[in-house]
Amino acid sequence: MFKVLDIAGSAMNAQMVRLNTTASNMANANTVASSEAGAYRAKQPVFATLLRDASDVGGVEVSGIAESDAAIEKRYEPGNPMADKEGYVYLSNVNGVEEMANMISASRSFQNNAEIFSTSRTLMLRTLQLGR
Amino acid sequence: MPIDFQTALGVHEQALYTRARRTEVLGANMANTDTPGYKARDIDFRQALAQAQGASSRQLSTTQTSSGHIAAGTATVATGDAALKYRNPHQPSEDGNTVELHVEQANFADNAVRYQATLTFLGGKFSGIKTALTGGR
Repeated sequence: MFKVLDIAGSAMNAQMVRLNTTASNMANANTVASSEAGAYRAKQPVFATLLRDASDVGGVEVSGIAESDAAIEKRYEPGNPMADKEGYVYLSNVNGVEEMANMISASRSFQNNAEIFSTSRTLMLRTLQLGR
Repeated sequence: MPIDFQTALGVHEQALYTRARRTEVLGANMANTDTPGYKARDIDFRQALAQAQGASSRQLSTTQTSSGHIAAGTATVATGDAALKYRNPHQPSEDGNTVELHVEQANFADNAVRYQATLTFLGGKFSGIKTALTGGR
């Protein structure tokens, strides 16, 4: 029974990482760079199940952070201090709409797992009261 | 009349264990809502309960059909969860994840209520034993 707290906790942790990457992406949506390689690329966590063996149930872990390979937009801004020799700056490939959808999904999942946590806690406390 | 907890508490002890286990399984399903390729699972309660009740008979023995066979004795095996099964999704999603949040939430709530019901039954059994011990004083 205690395992359910670990599982819900791991899921909340994973969703928090997702919220953090979304926050980072949104914050850097308007960051410009002076080369295509240096441009900010949207980051997404990759979720995987934490399984000890096949008959077991497991929580979630963040197995890595993937970077988006969407095209980097190049804009002509010769006045920008970050502009390269030809006067171009390289924008981030963050998609604001996608990030908002991700944020809502992450916060809903977080809430859901917090609910599981509190329900399980109540059940465990009731079990401790057994026979009183 | 000896007071044996096994007989006094009846099926409720195993039922409580199975409900607790189901809480874990459903919790894991909901934790993995956003994990690609995760397959939702659930416990077949009837089978799990039968399994828990027959836990003492979960021993494997070998049959010797020839005098040359070495006696292996009996071995207790951890059979795992035969009652742990995969869910059939109503609407399969593109990333191979079969967790449907509303289904899991409904099952989780159902399981929590039944867990509390089992707790109440067990509490009743205990107060019954207490009454018997104190003679209703």
